Amino acid sequence: MDDLAAALSRLAPQLAPGGTGIEGLVQLSGGASLQTFAFSVTTAEGPVPLILRRRPNPGAQSATAVPLATEAALIAAAGARGAPVAELIRLAEPDDGLGEALIVRRVEGETLGRRIVRHERFVAVRPTLAAQCGRILRTIHDTPPPEGVRLATSDAHGELDRYEAAYRATGAERPVLELALRHLRRHAPAPVEPRLLHGDFRTGNLMVDPEHGVAAVLDWELAHIGDPAEDLGWLCVNSWRFGAADRPVGGFGDYDALLEGYGDPSMTRERIRYWQMLGSLKWGVMCLMMFTGGASGEAALERHVIGRRVSETEIDILALLEEAR
Amino acid sequence: MNTHPTAGELVAAVSAFLERIAPMLPPREAFMARVAQNALGIVGREIAQGPAAEADARARLAELLGHEGAVEALNAELCKALREGDFDADSPGLLETLKSITLARLAVDQPDYRWRGEAGGPTRTSAQEST
Repeated sequence: MDDLAAALSRLAPQLAPGGTGIEGLVQLSGGASLQTFAFSVTTAEGPVPLILRRRPNPGAQSATAVPLATEAALIAAAGARGAPVAELIRLAEPDDGLGEALIVRRVEGETLGRRIVRHERFVAVRPTLAAQCGRILRTIHDTPPPEGVRLATSDAHGELDRYEAAYRATGAERPVLELALRHLRRHAPAPVEPRLLHGDFRTGNLMVDPEHGVAAVLDWELAHIGDPAEDLGWLCVNSWRFGAADRPVGGFGDYDALLEGYGDPSMTRERIRYWQMLGSLKWGVMCLMMFTGGASGEAALERHVIGRRVSETEIDILALLEEAR
Repeated sequence: MNTHPTAGELVAAVSAFLERIAPMLPPREAFMARVAQNALGIVGREIAQGPAAEADARARLAELLGHEGAVEALNAELCKALREGDFDADSPGLLETLKSITLARLAVDQPDYRWRGEAGGPTRTSAQEST
């Protein structure tokens, strides 16, 4: 952390005009794959709050995550089209001493899903969020992928192949997941023109302001090219409603508002619901992988408790299948 | 007569201890104490409900598949049948069987989980809302 503080201090003049040093460096979250820090650049006019995202071990990147340089390019491109993003301040260069890292402006607001869907501070803004998310997703999907950026392309069959392989590799036998895999293959949507997708657009990755709604779309590391309905469906997965199950869009709104905000007549509730079920399947497989990932000792605690979330995805899949019947 | 604490009582006592010390811990450790409490909750519910849930799952799977067997074997057989398309969402009794088994598992894993189609259920109080 001292090395990090020293490296950021050296960079201070380039991070904010008149920057003389940094203050208040704290780690907000961190795993083996990605760490997030908050800090401020000290200037004569006062501190400038920023966020550092950093990959400590370049090899620890998961197969589906994009490099931070790609994230930086996507933030800049989507931001230029009008999507709310945390403004890119700097993509670290090798001489910066930060490793693979990017620095963005720190946006004020709330990311905790439970608070966004329940707390009284968000009562006024909550009914506007679904339409706003629809507009933002449309902006992202209309953004041409930036030149020179390599992104994976995937459709429903591609996603099912990936998650079926991951499920089989766990050795688990879960009838509901088997049923969902087969059902989703049989009902796979007709191919559509692929678009730029955020890939993890959900409550928890949205910085929400109590007055203005979505202030920034965070965590672009799962961005890829695919069916735009994938992003809308993922936002509606019940696991991201944080208990507000009766408000299908992110725990704050309904499908009609999301579709109205999206403003594309070819986007339908049926397409969203398909990807919503696929989203529950994906999250179920991810939970299983937590369960069977071979963790032991204290490190196993959080992973094992998440592993017990498979059953939530199974009841959500069954509810969707019952409604479709 | 109960002359020694049951496993469930021990779990509840440890959970109460974690509840008390969590606010005294640094943020990361306080978070992990909550996760540990959560894990103990699962353990307690599994002790109380697990055996009946497993017996019920076994009976329902046997009825669906039309023969008796151990629950693991019946479950594996159903997975194979689903992979091969011998059952699908329209098969009589399939969704009902899976739903019943899944609800019993959810009651152990996350009894407060809210899902679409759920009848009633407790609503959060405003005190909980402001956390």
